[in-house]
Amino acid sequence: MRFSGLKVLAEGLTGNKGWGPHWRSPEPKAEYDIVLIGGGGHGLATAHYLAKVHGLTNVAVLEKGYLGGGNVGRNTTIVRANYMLPGNSEFYSHSLKLWEGLEEDLNYNVMHSQRGIINLVHSDGQRDAFVRRGNMMVGQGDDAEMLDPAGVRRLLPMIDFDQTRFPIFGGLYHRRGGTARHDAVAWGFARAASDRGVDLIQQCEVTGIDVENGVVKGVQTSRGPIRAKKVGMVAAGRSSQVAAMAGMRLPIESHVLQAFVTEGLKPCLDHVVTYGMGHFYISQSDKGGLVFGGDLDMYSSYAARGNLPLVEHVTEAAMTLMPQIGKARMLRSWGGIMDMSPDGSFIMDRTDIDGLFVNCGWCYGGFKATPASGHTFAHLLATGNPHPTTVHHRLDRFRTGTGIMDEESTGSQHNLH
Amino acid sequence: MRISCPICGERDHREFYYQGAAVMLSRPAPDAGEAAWDDYLYLRENQPGDLEELWSHDAGCGAWLKVLRNTVTHTVHSTELVTEARR
Repeated sequence: MRFSGLKVLAEGLTGNKGWGPHWRSPEPKAEYDIVLIGGGGHGLATAHYLAKVHGLTNVAVLEKGYLGGGNVGRNTTIVRANYMLPGNSEFYSHSLKLWEGLEEDLNYNVMHSQRGIINLVHSDGQRDAFVRRGNMMVGQGDDAEMLDPAGVRRLLPMIDFDQTRFPIFGGLYHRRGGTARHDAVAWGFARAASDRGVDLIQQCEVTGIDVENGVVKGVQTSRGPIRAKKVGMVAAGRSSQVAAMAGMRLPIESHVLQAFVTEGLKPCLDHVVTYGMGHFYISQSDKGGLVFGGDLDMYSSYAARGNLPLVEHVTEAAMTLMPQIGKARMLRSWGGIMDMSPDGSFIMDRTDIDGLFVNCGWCYGGFKATPASGHTFAHLLATGNPHPTTVHHRLDRFRTGTGIMDEESTGSQHNLH
Repeated sequence: MRISCPICGERDHREFYYQGAAVMLSRPAPDAGEAAWDDYLYLRENQPGDLEELWSHDAGCGAWLKVLRNTVTHTVHSTELVTEARR
């Protein structure tokens, strides 16, 4: 089934009775060439690119819950390429380019909206830092513009320019940044991978990883053992649990990050806006809800919910930036479990076990990376070598001290990124 | 979430600074080698369930506490002063 304008029109006129399931639900086979642990955005994207780019379709994606039920459905949907350090810079640039062709590639409307991201500036020092970051972004081939206060006021007339505590000195404007519908991203990748022959197996929890003489042989699951020549661990949030089944310890702590959405409102916010002094970010969904979030709760957590102090902290930042938000009712708040790495950058690498690969440590930046994470992890799994944009993202970089990518220079503590 | 400080009593967790797993108390010798220091600084068990961790009562007495807390339920089981725990 291919989506087209004609098909949508025809279905609309005939009661939408002709739509089928978007992907197959096969029984697991006894053996696959490649097994991916985790059916989130990154796992599904990996499956898609394995099939499409490398022609590998004897692949299974094992998901303990349902497809797209984890962090890919819990983030605040922001897509951007405003990273600065070698490694991250080319990777996120690569990712944004994949986003720009994603809907045609998947024949799926992921509602990718390049509405622009504005990082607000509140001090001279922050302006200098953002000018530097903007220059690095332009240098990597992406776009960045500095806005003066009048420029910010033209684009964001609704924010509070009279505040004295954190006056708005300008902003860094990244026009190609924006948002995408996160569920549709998971569904689109799932459908595309399934159509090419990848088996997507839900309600299938991996309970063990079989390793013999340093070589991976397969996995044990709640639906029986599955042999595999290669296994990819792509279960961010739960990476340490999965890796422990192979006897590995990762440089990861799991933390909870909360997000919030208000009731649907009329269009009032055209861009994604970040408010640096409060570590606060906000955008308006196509349904009209204001979607926003802030800092981690800061303590280790596997509970996909946070505590009230952070709710207070985030809403204080919201009220400072956009006082009118106080009139809106909050519809929901929720939490996601983040793989926090010691430098705030992700890890994609081989492991000491032959045939076992790891993709983890996305901190709270995994959503924007979804296409490139899949594309590059597929490259690593298929060829055994890292893609040129992920050569820096080594598992051993903390031990060796070589190639650490600490974008915010906050030091080697997991929760400070 | 509330944490019982042995000196100040039960307080809101906002009074405390979170450092991470209590593995930080077992500092290796300077010449223990790369692997030991990698373990100490970066690698973590990070499994769901009970975790020994370090909190500092910054907005109270300033003492470092060793806290046993569940990372799934956020229940705080016990707290003790690091100075006591090290004895």
